Amino acid sequence: MFLSAAHADTGDTAWLLAATALVLLMTPGLALFYGGMVRTKSVLNMLMMSFVSIALVTVVWLAGGYTLAFGDDVGAGLLGDLAHAGMAGLGPASVQGTVPTLLFATFQLTFAIITAALISGAIADRAKFGAWLVFVPVWALLVYVPVAHWVWGPGGWIAHRLGALDFAGGLPVEITSGASGLALCLVLGPRLGFKKDAMRPHNLPMVIMGAGLLWFGWFGFNAGSAMGANGLAAAVFLNTLAAGCTGLLGWLFVEQKRDGHPTTLGAASGSVAGLVAITPSCGSVSLLGALVVGLAAGVLCSYAVSWKFKLNYDDSLDVVGVHLVGGIVGTLLIGLFAEKAMTHGAEGLFYGGGLAQLGRQAVAVAAVAAYAFAVTYGIGRLLDKAMGFRAAEDQEHTGLDLTVHAETAYDHGVLGHGAPVAHSVLPTAQKVKSQP
Amino acid sequence: MKLITAIVKPYRLDAVKTALQELGVHGLTVTEASGYGRQHGHTEVYRGAEYRVDLVPKARIEVVVEDADTEPVIEAIVKAAQTGKIGDGKVWAVPVETVVRVRTGERGPDAL
Repeated sequence: MFLSAAHADTGDTAWLLAATALVLLMTPGLALFYGGMVRTKSVLNMLMMSFVSIALVTVVWLAGGYTLAFGDDVGAGLLGDLAHAGMAGLGPASVQGTVPTLLFATFQLTFAIITAALISGAIADRAKFGAWLVFVPVWALLVYVPVAHWVWGPGGWIAHRLGALDFAGGLPVEITSGASGLALCLVLGPRLGFKKDAMRPHNLPMVIMGAGLLWFGWFGFNAGSAMGANGLAAAVFLNTLAAGCTGLLGWLFVEQKRDGHPTTLGAASGSVAGLVAITPSCGSVSLLGALVVGLAAGVLCSYAVSWKFKLNYDDSLDVVGVHLVGGIVGTLLIGLFAEKAMTHGAEGLFYGGGLAQLGRQAVAVAAVAAYAFAVTYGIGRLLDKAMGFRAAEDQEHTGLDLTVHAETAYDHGVLGHGAPVAHSVLPTAQKVKSQP
Repeated sequence: MKLITAIVKPYRLDAVKTALQELGVHGLTVTEASGYGRQHGHTEVYRGAEYRVDLVPKARIEVVVEDADTEPVIEAIVKAAQTGKIGDGKVWAVPVETVVRVRTGERGPDAL
């Protein structure tokens, strides 16, 4: 199947090339979305946790992640084989469906990158950067890759044995990152001053900019998952826009009723919640379904983000409240709103399909959430024991930007300028030293 | 000489500056300040979580004047800064022993 003699379709290939670039842009977008929500003292660290995921996940994906996720099934639909480790056997002539295999692999890679980056929001302001550098590749291989195989790989058990639907990643991306974020914030514990100090977002324009980039990239994420430039991609594209809009309106409606003010952060969060929920369902619901899915996610997630204060887990930037809850909403609603016109098979409860599809969706949600939570918790605990996952207390007080990266994001005022102490390249000083 | 310090709402700063210029005050110093009096902050809401913000942003204006000008300057500041609402700020004056103009070394009222 990977080395078939078929030729790639030029239209499909052109669209997937563009879609891949769109999805990659989501990770810097996420960095801004998250970065604006933290305090000034750790914003660079927040940006870095996302940005560095691009490099880390790409390396492990090319080495072994891709083949384990999308190689031929080794049995029971659990994992792919190692035939394409290091992208062996794949070249410009390899074709997957109607697109080059190398392009398909890169498109899927961009999904793995943003999923890892999403987790960082749950442990903002307090993670040891070195531990994050180890966590991301290990997590990508042990958590993302198997779940991606179950849902999208050849013979994966969720798609082929269970029969649950997930068009663009409610299970591997949203639920996996949300459940993993919950596990990791439990391993690290709450930020110093959680529930006592005001931890206001320091830059809401940055959050809106990030949400905009995410939305823009999401068209590549969802409509690219159609794997072709065709009518399905167009329907998915429109569903993606619609659900982001009703998510935004749903969240603002709750805020107006509950808090008395519609907020910028609420608008950004609501659009993302709607987009999260339409991710699994965009290929199986009609436009009406998409509007309902987005609205449901916007309303539910706006309540879910306050659970952490009652239950005492510091999911700092609401990866659980938005991605886990939104992902579950979208994946389950397929069981109600799936339409034959979109799925060419499965039908939801409201379209005469009974409860069977909803049951399949629920099993997939439970299995993926439990697997991601358990394995991530294990990785987190092990890393914490081996090298420490939590930054030192004084680093957290001072801020990770200065203590870990030796930088500060903003130069406030006119009096803060020092004089250069040393340069990493000092030719004259070295010359003087080496002279006898 | 007197040092007059005024803490006012930031958006009244321009009105205060204009009033002082009309009065012939040649120079002043403005700093961004934060604090609270009876106004005692406000609340902000982020993703449903309410935050109490105690310290309210204010503008701090400092101007040194001759004794005889103290009352008119204070009056001008108060008139320009007043909105009648809570949080309008405070103005006070304290005696100043010496003033030196750095450029010329002039001292006392000549340095103003």
